[in-house]
Amino acid sequence: MYRSHVLVCGGTGCTSSGSEKIIEALKNELEKNGLTDEVAIVKTGCHGLCAAGPIMAVYPEACFYSMVKVEDIPEIVSEHLLKGRVVSRLLYKETSAEGGILSLNETDFYKKQTRIALRNCGVINPENIDEYIGTGGYEALGKVLTEMTPDEVIQTLLDAGLRGRGGAGFPTGLKWKFASGNRGNVQKYVCCNADEGDPGAFMDRSVLEGDPHVVLEAMAIAGYAIGADQGYIYVRAEYPIAVERLKIAIAQAREYGLLGKNIFDTGFNFDIDLRLGAGAFVCGEETALMTSIEGKRGEPRPRPPFPAVKGLFDKPTILNNVETYANIPQIILNGAQWFASMGTEKSKGTKVFALGGKVNNTGLVEIPMGTTLRTIVEDIGGGIPGGKKFKAAQTGGPSGGCIPAEHFDVPIDYDNLIAIGSMMGSGGLIVMDEDNCMVDIAKFFLQFTVDESCGKCTPCRVGTKRMYEILDKITKGQGTMEDIDKLEELCYYIKENALCGLGQTAPNPVLSTLRYFRDEYIAHVVDKKCPAGVCKDLLSYKIDPDKCRGCTLCARTCPADAIEGKVKETHYINPDKCLKCGACMEKCRFGAIYKE
Amino acid sequence: MKSLAELKAIRERMQSQVGMRAEDDSQTRVVVGMATCGIASGARPVLKALSDAVQEKKLSNVMVTQTGCIGLCKYEPIVEVMEPGKEKVTYVKMTPEKALEVVEQHLIRGQVVTDYTLGNIKL
Repeated sequence: MYRSHVLVCGGTGCTSSGSEKIIEALKNELEKNGLTDEVAIVKTGCHGLCAAGPIMAVYPEACFYSMVKVEDIPEIVSEHLLKGRVVSRLLYKETSAEGGILSLNETDFYKKQTRIALRNCGVINPENIDEYIGTGGYEALGKVLTEMTPDEVIQTLLDAGLRGRGGAGFPTGLKWKFASGNRGNVQKYVCCNADEGDPGAFMDRSVLEGDPHVVLEAMAIAGYAIGADQGYIYVRAEYPIAVERLKIAIAQAREYGLLGKNIFDTGFNFDIDLRLGAGAFVCGEETALMTSIEGKRGEPRPRPPFPAVKGLFDKPTILNNVETYANIPQIILNGAQWFASMGTEKSKGTKVFALGGKVNNTGLVEIPMGTTLRTIVEDIGGGIPGGKKFKAAQTGGPSGGCIPAEHFDVPIDYDNLIAIGSMMGSGGLIVMDEDNCMVDIAKFFLQFTVDESCGKCTPCRVGTKRMYEILDKITKGQGTMEDIDKLEELCYYIKENALCGLGQTAPNPVLSTLRYFRDEYIAHVVDKKCPAGVCKDLLSYKIDPDKCRGCTLCARTCPADAIEGKVKETHYINPDKCLKCGACMEKCRFGAIYKE
Repeated sequence: MKSLAELKAIRERMQSQVGMRAEDDSQTRVVVGMATCGIASGARPVLKALSDAVQEKKLSNVMVTQTGCIGLCKYEPIVEVMEPGKEKVTYVKMTPEKALEVVEQHLIRGQVVTDYTLGNIKL
């Protein structure tokens, strides 16, 4: 038995900042000090605080080290693990209080979070099924198979009020109910949508990497509820760590008999296979996803018939998102009332958000529904770097919209977000400050949809392209007021006529920015100015003669040789040559360079 | 695995280990002095014995941890037991055998092993 556990984050964020090397160094150093039998190294999933990675937590002391480097390892081992002296300089700054170490749960980042879907992420070793079982894993499956009827399982979900975490927020229990008819007589399928494609969203990846068994367990529960014996997880090939851990998890579950034939001796059979997506965004749409699992080109088809009637291989199928599944075992174990006690009237439970953009604590947060944007950005996210002003938050990726500062205090749930012109989406939350141009943001998302449109229906294929062209024209200062009207008209047309969710929601980023930031569009068109100073064609860099000392640093920095001037004389930026890269402005020590 | 009983057995086996990662203020803290002086006089086997015994006996409300030099180097190995709301008990000149006694008497039954405490030891 081990007296101490060292948890090293093995999520994608920390892996890219070097956690593999840290584990290697830790192993060597423990061996050197003869501690291999006393200290266990546990590679966990994401802790959520990606901005402070690589992350290491040492238990039982619950010390939380952040931004650990390989060079720090000998000190951690000899000081902390051998002699019991915490290396305070490496402690995550908020936990290192005077007179002792604060618990991680008391820091601003974790204090306001409620972790259900992320319960085990960063706590257990995802590659060890025993650790999952040690935290109550597979007990929910045991409970439904031995104590509950399939209809009771569905009723529990209906009572809990769980809604799909993938974006649209359809009640999960209802979806299962639609697919539950004729149990035992027809082939049915349970699918998991792990084709997370929204730019900036990574909560599904983190669940798969940190707690893969929870998805397997919930899918087996779904199989029991609707009467299916086969499941498919459709996961992006771009998530190699998630794919690897899913493979390990499936193999372990099969070995324990938790997947396969006659589970818990109840006669219930269920198995799961993986299908890797090739990276098309549209394959996150349910009908396209199923078409892709069938081995065909991933294109959507019209609904109805809905998948619950005619889904994968034309059989009744349910498809839920990773985060939705991650909630289910806890609902079964703790009861519908427990889950329904969290959140707002129509949105129960919690939601995971991937917090990114202009915010101090980039990472993964799980909050009860109904938390305000202000709490997320200011308290949990630690505010905006450099004391800049909050301008808007983008939720829902290319299908969502922007929430402006005036709605900073709106409680976040499915219905409120739709009312203010955005949507929950899968949960990407990108914070923007005064330096972000809203027209440019809309253009960025449209560029994404143009690239990812599958091309099957005209409104999406041609319409989004035309929208992008108008936006491009506006950001170049060539737009007219008629263009703005035309853009808006096109938005409504595409919304109503596109075949699938991708096209129907593609205009949302434009519509919501037009709604809240129309003056910024007008500034681009009428004044030919970009108020945030982002659109390159509408701004020029200039040197303030009063401040310039003629140090020549800018001229030497300029990659285009656009800056003219002699030593100790005022310099001048030649607008014909200037690339507007801003390198000179960053270098100038006297603040003499400005853009307008 | 064919039964829920087997699942339960795995859970119980793992619980004491995974339970180490819980953060709970109501736990009893058992702290072993592990500075150079402590290690030199044999604190490591004491720490290991305590940690193993607590996990074996599934004392989920007890956390065994280490600290640096307590300042009483000649009494090392030192083990301090801190129960919430109670006075700290300091055991000195510990050995793995004495440590197991402390687990049995103090941590499980709640009776301080006065023979080994700082106030009573005769050197």
